[in-house]
Amino acid sequence: MRVLLILLALLASPQALAVSSPADMLPDATAEARARALGREIRCMVCQNQSIEDSEVSLARDLRLIVRERIVAGDTDAQVKSFLHARYGDFVLLRPPFSWANAALWATPLVALLAGMGLILLARRRAAPPALPPLTEAEARRLALLDIQDGPRA
Amino acid sequence: MSGLSRRLLLLAPVGAAAAGGIGFYAALDRQRSGEYNPRNVPSAMIGRPPPDFTLPEVADSGIAPFGAADLRAVGGPVIVNFWASWCVPCIIEHPQLMRLAREGIPVFGIAYKDKPEDSLRFLRQHGNPFRRLSRDEPGRVAIDWGVYGVPETYLVDRQGIIRWRFAGPITPEILAQDLRPLLARA
Repeated sequence: MRVLLILLALLASPQALAVSSPADMLPDATAEARARALGREIRCMVCQNQSIEDSEVSLARDLRLIVRERIVAGDTDAQVKSFLHARYGDFVLLRPPFSWANAALWATPLVALLAGMGLILLARRRAAPPALPPLTEAEARRLALLDIQDGPRA
Repeated sequence: MSGLSRRLLLLAPVGAAAAGGIGFYAALDRQRSGEYNPRNVPSAMIGRPPPDFTLPEVADSGIAPFGAADLRAVGGPVIVNFWASWCVPCIIEHPQLMRLAREGIPVFGIAYKDKPEDSLRFLRQHGNPFRRLSRDEPGRVAIDWGVYGVPETYLVDRQGIIRWRFAGPITPEILAQDLRPLLARA
């Protein structure tokens, strides 16, 4: 029971961002919150599957500091992103903007959905029972005989 | 479905597995030679001039530092190499940089997040390929170049435009297959 409580407490705790050392945080709480939200949109180029807010790599820390500097300097979120985008390209944004180069990436869910629907339709058409040929003369006679033996159906 | 196409369908998984195997083998082989790096990210700086920067020298190196203006002043292709004494792949690529320097191709170095005394020790031990050498201890200029690790090497052509960037050690294969043809044209 106690273990369960501890586990629940761990699950319930707010997203821990232990890597942001207090000294790096902005004194203004709303600006810091903005910086964190922005940082979660920026890819750590070294670890590649983490945001800079989640990574302990020194480049991620440098980028966290840059995000905060730009915010203090009065940049909008879009300006901060374009600052990093100019240096690191689409890959630095965890939500890449649409371009023809990554159109295939954006189209993948739609393509997968259409392909799945197509497969289902195909499978259903195959599974449909073939139309039965009409009864032959002999079969019809046998059926009539069975009906007489069982008595008329309700 | 005819018998032939049914038999071909049976072979399809084998064919797919064979194609996959050939693909994976090629990818692994190209990874070993350094031609292919699955973690490689295309540089956003290709086709653009280098960022504006000035950097201090590596103290006691006796090598003049450089900034963006010095790159433009060369008037020919320049190789800009971000490196560090703590970087192991930098040791792998070092002989290739030495070779370029011996051939008279200007190789400019930027020591990234490195203490000057450590940079100096590295150069004394392995030799100095750098015609100019600057120090970027905070790593901020590197970020302006779009550097995300060391070693990283850029080729700036005679018009002062970045034509090529390679993240990772310059192996003899990379030198021969990628950098040489570009140097001839840059």
